[in-house]
Amino acid sequence: MFCEKAIELIRELQRNSEGQLPAFNEDGLRQILQEMEALYEQNQADVNKAKSAARSDLIPSIKLRHCCLLRNQRCIMAYLYDRLLRIRALRWEYGSVLPANVRFHMSAEEVQWFSQYKKSLASFMRSLGGGAGLDITQDMKPPKSLYIQVRCLKDHGEFEIDDGTVILLKKNSQHFLPRWKCEQLIRQGVLEHVVS
Amino acid sequence: MDTQSYCPVPPGVGMEENFLSLDDILLSHERLPVRTECVFPRLGFLEKSSDTQDIPEATKMELPLWLSKGLYERKRKVLSVELPKVYREGWRTVFTADPNVVDLHKMGPYYYGLGSQMLHFDSPENPDIAQALLQTFIGRFRRTMDSSQNAYNEDTSALVERLDSLEKVLFRSGQNGLNSFQSWEKGQASQLTASSLVLNYRKRKLADVQT
Repeated sequence: MFCEKAIELIRELQRNSEGQLPAFNEDGLRQILQEMEALYEQNQADVNKAKSAARSDLIPSIKLRHCCLLRNQRCIMAYLYDRLLRIRALRWEYGSVLPANVRFHMSAEEVQWFSQYKKSLASFMRSLGGGAGLDITQDMKPPKSLYIQVRCLKDHGEFEIDDGTVILLKKNSQHFLPRWKCEQLIRQGVLEHVVS
Repeated sequence: MDTQSYCPVPPGVGMEENFLSLDDILLSHERLPVRTECVFPRLGFLEKSSDTQDIPEATKMELPLWLSKGLYERKRKVLSVELPKVYREGWRTVFTADPNVVDLHKMGPYYYGLGSQMLHFDSPENPDIAQALLQTFIGRFRRTMDSSQNAYNEDTSALVERLDSLEKVLFRSGQNGLNSFQSWEKGQASQLTASSLVLNYRKRKLADVQT
C-alpha cells in the first residue's frame, strides 16, 4: 500500500508525545519523496494515455494515485510543522543554548530556523518596556520574593551574580540567590528550588 | 502543574479534520471495508489476494479512511463504503444498553473520531450513528470525569486502558487539574521546578548509557 512510510514518520512523533525531538528522519523523508516521484510519473503517463487514446477507464486509478500524492504531502507538512513546534518549545525550556544531544537531532534547516527564531524573539524582547527590554521567558510563575533558596543537584562550576560575586555551584551546596538569576538553571535541572 | 511550552496542533472538531494534526492523520489511517464500483486499471498489486493486473469491479477490500474519502463521490460512484462492524446496528444496541462496559480502546481507539468521519459517506443509518455516538459519550463521560478526579498518586493504567483516545485526553486534563490543585493546597504551586521536557531527556540519556 502507498503512504506507509509517511505514517511511520507521524507515528515516530506521536510516540514522543511529551515534546521531545526525535532525530530528523532524513532517510524516511527521502523515501517518501521517491514514492511521490514514482506516483507522479505513473500518473503523468496515464493522463497522457487517457487524453490521446480517450481511455476514460484509467481515471479512477489516476485519482487514487493523486490522493496518495496529497496524503504524502500532508504527512510531510505535518511532520515538519510539528517538529518546528517542538523546536520552538525548546527555546523556552532550555534557553538560547541547546545541549549537544538535542542539537544533534536537528537538520541543518531546523538549526537555521532555530537561530532565526531566537533572533526574532530577542529583538521583540529588546523592544519591550520603552526600549529598556524585558525578558519574557522569566517569571513563568509569579515571583513571591526576589531571593530564593536553592540547592545544587550537580557540579556546575563557577557562577557570577550581578554584584560581581562569584560563587561555586558544587553538588549538594545550598545558596541564597536572586530568583531571576537561577530560574533558568532550575528549569534545566541544575538547581533545585528549596521551599521551607 | 507546569506550563507546557509545546502544544501540538489540536485535532479537528466533529466532522472536520485538522490538516496538520498528528492525531487526525493517525485517525484517517484507520481502515474501512469498501467495495469497488468500477475497475482500477493497473493497480492490482494493492489487492494482495488476487494476481490480476487490475482491481476488478465489485472487489471487497480495506482502504484507509483518507483514500476512501478522497475517492468517494456522490455523483459518480467509484466505490461504496461499508460500515465497520462497531457502528452497525448490532453493536449500536450494545452501546445503548450500557456504554460503560465496552472497551472502546479495543473497538477504536478512535471510536468517536472515526464515527464522526463516517458521516461523510451517504448512508441511511447516519442519523442513528450520530445519535449512538453522542449517547455513548454522554453515558461514559461521568465515569471518566469521576475517575480522573479521584485517582491521586495512583496507577491510572487500569482506568485508562478502556478509554477512547478522545476520552484519554479528557482524563489527562482532569488529572492535570487535580494535580495542580493538590500542589497548590500543599503550597508547592510557587515552587520552581525543572522542566519536564528536560527531565525526560535526562531519563532517556541514562537509558542510552545503560543499554
